[in-house]
Amino acid sequence: MTTEPLLSVSDLRVRFRIGGMMSALAGRRTEIEAVSGVGFTLERGQTLALVGESGSGKTTLARAVDGLQPAAGGSIRFEGRELRDLPKKDWKPLRRKMSMMFQDPVGSLSPRLSVRSLLAEPFAIHGLSGRSLDAEVERLLALVGLPRDFADRYPHQLSGGQARRVGVARAVALDPELIIADEPTAGLDVSIQGEVLNLLNDLRDRMGLSMLIITHNLHVVRQIADRMAVMYLGRFVEEGETEAIFRAPHHPYTAALLSANPEPDPDKVHNRIALPAEVPSLLDRPSGCEFHTRCPFAQDICRTQAPTPSALGSSRLTCHFPLNAGPSAVEAIAAS
Amino acid sequence: MTVLDVKDLSVDFATEAGTLQALRKVSLKVPANRIVGVVGESGCGKSTLINAVLGLLADNGRVTAGQILFEGKSDLVHLDGTGMRALRGQRIATVFQDPMGALNPVLSVGKQMRDIQYRSGRSRKEKDALSVEMLRKVRIPDPEHRLAQFPHEFSGGMKQRIAIAMALLMRPSLLIADEPTTALDATLEVAIIELLKDLQKQIGCSVLFISHHLGVIAELCDEMIVMYAGEVVERGSTRDIFHNPRHPYTKKLLACDPARLARREPRLPTIPGTLPDLRNRPKGCVFQSRCELADDVCSTMPPDTALSTSHVARCWHTDETAGAAA
Ligand SMILES: Nc1ncnc2c1ncn2[C@@H]1O[C@H](COP(=O)(O)OP(=O)(O)O)[C@@H](O)[C@H]1O
Ligand SMILES: Nc1ncnc2c1ncn2[C@@H]1O[C@H](COP(=O)(O)OP(=O)(O)O)[C@@H](O)[C@H]1O
Ligand code: SF4
Ligand code: SF4
Ligand SMILES: [Mg+2]
Ligand SMILES: [Mg+2]
Repeated sequence: MTTEPLLSVSDLRVRFRIGGMMSALAGRRTEIEAVSGVGFTLERGQTLALVGESGSGKTTLARAVDGLQPAAGGSIRFEGRELRDLPKKDWKPLRRKMSMMFQDPVGSLSPRLSVRSLLAEPFAIHGLSGRSLDAEVERLLALVGLPRDFADRYPHQLSGGQARRVGVARAVALDPELIIADEPTAGLDVSIQGEVLNLLNDLRDRMGLSMLIITHNLHVVRQIADRMAVMYLGRFVEEGETEAIFRAPHHPYTAALLSANPEPDPDKVHNRIALPAEVPSLLDRPSGCEFHTRCPFAQDICRTQAPTPSALGSSRLTCHFPLNAGPSAVEAIAAS
Repeated sequence: MTVLDVKDLSVDFATEAGTLQALRKVSLKVPANRIVGVVGESGCGKSTLINAVLGLLADNGRVTAGQILFEGKSDLVHLDGTGMRALRGQRIATVFQDPMGALNPVLSVGKQMRDIQYRSGRSRKEKDALSVEMLRKVRIPDPEHRLAQFPHEFSGGMKQRIAIAMALLMRPSLLIADEPTTALDATLEVAIIELLKDLQKQIGCSVLFISHHLGVIAELCDEMIVMYAGEVVERGSTRDIFHNPRHPYTKKLLACDPARLARREPRLPTIPGTLPDLRNRPKGCVFQSRCELADDVCSTMPPDTALSTSHVARCWHTDETAGAAA
């Protein structure tokens, strides 16, 4: 065994062409960098949550890691092997080790296939039909806590939570090392959300799974993720241990996100960090620190000089003036 | 005044496997100038309730009993298609979870927003100015330029913000919002909540807001109703429900919210058991099979027990349910 992390991503870049010929002819920028120099590592058995506004690049990052979206730059190493520019045929065996759970539970299950066929499909795709498929289907149903007779149901006969369980069962069918889940509990009621999260937590403990989870529910992040990364305009602005970040966020955007989190108490007095409304366009990234157009703590230097990534406690972040940073940062601010 | 007054509404759907009772004796009031939240697990009848109000029940659906009084006069149950169409979009506006339902993919956003204002008598320039103002309020960057763009040129989050702007353009007396913030991140969700609160005050409209996000309901709504398996099991002020829940289901639902947990727990609370089959409703209380307090009397239909002038729970044993969430 090596000490190499399961997944190690560095300086990852994904670009999209937008607009057509016309905008190109008109001299307008036609390319956006939706993921812009992202790096992180994921250890075995660990869960990393990606949070950030919609459009911040979470799904694109997940798709790039999973090979569904070509990367324009950087590196994605999985079990020590470089995945960027891997030929299509080499991806197939990898899909057994890395599986993706999509957001829409019912929509991501073909309506014409029974649950039995849906659960048998991963085995068929990987030419594992030699195994006793019925036994595998039964094992998977039991694993995700669905009764056996669900094998004969069709997706439209499932509730949202049950469909999500089938999604989880498919994702873990081939004993993957890594699950990438895009909003696995979006649209679920709290009680069912709890069931799905308990299930994912269980499977992680039992199978030693690693997970990369995208969610905009910060309460979910706290319940499931060892580490979290906050994305803004395609970059990580802060990444670190979840509990530490919840206790003391260092990046102003992280602090704003956490302070926005609605709580189930009508009398709660929210001490919110209000952000100006306008989210900058990826076609016209702000100069200096890209958050300066909305940051309540911005100073002159922020408008011209991009902060370089730094480490603080268990976190890495990109900000000239980190919050909750103790005396050293106060000095840094005073000195600037 | 009560803008919307739903009384003992029951709705059935005809299905191959028999009659499905989607709503049973649902009562609720949306007073003028109030924001009323609706929570409940999926399948509990939230959309059916809205569709009944909007006259948009599926062909196999039927109101079997009850009334839906709008602005004190019309019973929407008996209003014809023409009457309903005149109300929808004028007096009653809607926002749904999927913004594409409200957006026409082949028309620019600006054109669609002008079309909504066709009766306003404003000039094109004035209409566009109002559209821009509304788009800015829902945090669309660069609104002047984006009027010329088409829905597909916006991210999912931005499409929803545009749909909300379009619904609010019409200054409705009732805005029905079905999970409109579910796809948005926390800062945007909070911004929409604040926006809705603001606009609700400015326009003086009422809002019926459906969400399964308890935090959002707590923050936005003055009053709320809790639905389970097609019934309103509890209703009251938002404070009543969050601080003094009295229906066993409400107590369990609140306890499931991970927002209540101050730290990471190895297991999140859930509600053991499953929803009853709505084609074969249990006799008596719908929550029986999952309720720890259930006893013989619960096999007869529980009364809507008044706990205060505004707080009601449909349960036999509300005397045993005082105290914090289970
Ligand atoms: N196929 C695509 N073509 C062009 N732009 C895209 C495409 N997919 C995503 N984008 C853009 O990339 C950015 C990041 O999107 P996405 O990864 O979906 O964000 P998130 O998942 O955080 O909401 C957005 O600006 C989005 O509009
Ligand atoms: N057109 C229909 N035909 C048959 N059953 C329906 C129809 N529409 C909804 N239902 C059923 O009615 C119940 C309530 O559904 P719905 O109002 O959509 O719930 P919610 O919006 O709370 O998720 C569910 O059991 C659902 O399956
Ligand atoms: S670098 Fe400046 S503008 Fe950027 S987040 Fe930090 S304080 Fe705010
Ligand atoms: S009526 Fe009985 S079964 Fe129903 S919620 Fe109350 S105690 Fe429970
Ligand atoms: Mg996404
Ligand atoms: Mg619904």
